[in-house]
Amino acid sequence: MFSRRSFIQGAGAAAGAAVLAGSKPAEAFTFAEFFQKHYKELTPKDKEAIFKRIEHETKAAYGVDVTITDPPPIPEVEFAYFLSLTRCNGNRKCVEACVKENNQSRDPAIQYITVLEMEAGSFDLVEGDRYYNPPEVPRKDKFYLPVQCQHCRNPPCVRACPVEATWKEADGIVVVDYNWCIGCRYCMAACPYEARHFNFTKPSIPADQINPNQSYLSNRIRMKGVVEKCTFCLHRTRNGKYPACLEACPTGARKFGNLRDPNSEVSQILKHKRVYVLKEELNTRPQFYYFFD
Amino acid sequence: MRNYLNYWLSMFRFAIKGGKLYYLWVGFLVALIGWGGLLYYHQLVEGLIVTHMSDQVSWGLGIANFVYFVGVAASAVILVFPAYINRNQDIKEVVLLAQQLAFTAIVMCLLFIITDIGRPERFLHMIPFMGGHLNLPSSILAWDVVVINIYFVLNLYVPAYLLYMRYMGRQTKWYLYYPLIFVLMFFAIGIQVSEAFLLSGLGSRYFWNTAILAPRFIISAFSVGPAIFYLVFLAVNYHTKLAVKSTVFDYLKSVMRVTLPINLFLLLCEIFKELYPGTLHAASAQYLYFGLKGHHLLIWFIWPATIMNVIAALLVSFKQFRNNQVLFLIACHLCILGLWIEKGMGLVIPGFIPTPLGEISEYYPNLDEVVLCLGIAAIGALMFTVIAKVTTGVLTGELRYEKKSSLKERD
Ligand code: SF4
Ligand code: SF4
Repeated sequence: MFSRRSFIQGAGAAAGAAVLAGSKPAEAFTFAEFFQKHYKELTPKDKEAIFKRIEHETKAAYGVDVTITDPPPIPEVEFAYFLSLTRCNGNRKCVEACVKENNQSRDPAIQYITVLEMEAGSFDLVEGDRYYNPPEVPRKDKFYLPVQCQHCRNPPCVRACPVEATWKEADGIVVVDYNWCIGCRYCMAACPYEARHFNFTKPSIPADQINPNQSYLSNRIRMKGVVEKCTFCLHRTRNGKYPACLEACPTGARKFGNLRDPNSEVSQILKHKRVYVLKEELNTRPQFYYFFD
Repeated sequence: MRNYLNYWLSMFRFAIKGGKLYYLWVGFLVALIGWGGLLYYHQLVEGLIVTHMSDQVSWGLGIANFVYFVGVAASAVILVFPAYINRNQDIKEVVLLAQQLAFTAIVMCLLFIITDIGRPERFLHMIPFMGGHLNLPSSILAWDVVVINIYFVLNLYVPAYLLYMRYMGRQTKWYLYYPLIFVLMFFAIGIQVSEAFLLSGLGSRYFWNTAILAPRFIISAFSVGPAIFYLVFLAVNYHTKLAVKSTVFDYLKSVMRVTLPINLFLLLCEIFKELYPGTLHAASAQYLYFGLKGHHLLIWFIWPATIMNVIAALLVSFKQFRNNQVLFLIACHLCILGLWIEKGMGLVIPGFIPTPLGEISEYYPNLDEVVLCLGIAAIGALMFTVIAKVTTGVLTGELRYEKKSSLKERD
């Protein structure tokens, strides 16, 4: 039942680990992965061992030292993202920053953010174009609609997953346990925003472009055959930083913050601007809003 | 226990005996299985990238076949009901074959799923009590796993028990199987319904999100099933000593007479509801039947399929056609093929086109996918060939306890 890749990777990782930390049999890694429990059942000690293992594996495979952390949700925080459709000009700097920050596969390319070039005067998505490539943006009579995981409060993807490999955390972030996902892709069929992406093969990332600051439930390097998606950069945002896409946006179209705090920028936008959510009729109740200003 | 082992041994001996044609057929299937297995190994190594599936169309030929064969598995109930509940003796003589066909179809379904998921080695995650987390009650896919596995076990146990008793020449004890027949019929409908809910429960896929999907699945299963049984029983009559009574064939005909036209009617209802209001929600149906924004790959699948289904329905509806054996056989083939296309390329695939964000990304299976599916079909065919051979042996008394030495085989 084991694929050759995981066997080879296991063996490679074992060799690497042997150099680093004394000898360990090759199968240990594969078996450790095979018998690894669901994220929610892991004790702190289990986690420590698993994170170590992943760090070793990454070192062996890419020669890069990475740190795996597991920042928990902050109490009394409900994250929300606001995107100004007035300001967004479709430059796609966010897409680029996201790919780098989150160690997405470059080939085949996986991108969490889809920016649609829309015909002015219509919200019909079929009329949108995600492969637009003009010499200069924004183009006349177009507007730009970036879509990523909306971190639904009523997430169809979580309901769909047969094995509870994906769930909503206390701060609203919808995460995937990459070691638990069986790769059935039912969640992809369920998601109304095309937010979920499947690793059809082993992701490929140039070693010198790996972001070493990784977390277990977000940007650690994924394996073949599992689903991944935007996590609001939880390894950043739970540590008080902004998501990478927000920092990369040159127009200031992106706002992020805590909805539970009435004085936060996002609470103010919700209160005072004209706010809109995508596909409201599906009652997914996104934590990702669009606004006009 | 020893009897039971001997039973297996004699079945095995019986199964490997056959004429040239038999070996040729088995050899052909084994070759197909080998080819499919090789490509599956390739897929395990490289990942699902070797298929034509994508983020946009994330399910393909494998799931399409899965949906179809769940229908085949469920349709055994068409014969189970009259055999056990109405106690129709002629049908009861052959119902075991139908149940074994259902069992084979379920095995194929499980194989279609296992070969389609990204991490098949994580199957334990689906098994409660073994560290797994089955997402019940919310995930329809989790329900599907449960229902299909129960149906699998029931269809394994009941025919096996009856067959063994027949082989031993013993009386069956009603309480050891009869109550299970009711459960089995319930689950036959159950696997169809959960299959349909799997798709219709997705609010953002307008093409699937329709109330008549479950009825449509059941009716189309009850159209394909009898057609397949008809052909299988003909083959049994021709190749084995078991004589399937003509009343059984008449019964299957009469079922198809009802279900084929209803199937067309339900399709009509669906098409009307999709296309007449002219809303944007009909984009998938529009794409399927007429093409959308210059893309019309599926037209080449759906129109031939629709024409086949219409012709099949006409052929079974009129007495003159129906009673002509050649025409009726044509109807069976058209129905089996037409509904296969309609349920697969015509139902699963257009659900993904356009995508929720409006992209039109077309899909057609590549050679790897086709061969893998053929390999699974070959496993099914081989299983059923062997099972049917042994079963007819037992049913005709060729294969029975104590009389092992008098085995004779006819081609
Ligand atoms: S946008 Fe899609 S992936 Fe994200 S929470 Fe909603 S349904 Fe799930
Ligand atoms: S692909 Fe993974 S996360 Fe998605 S439904 Fe299947 S097991 Fe769950």
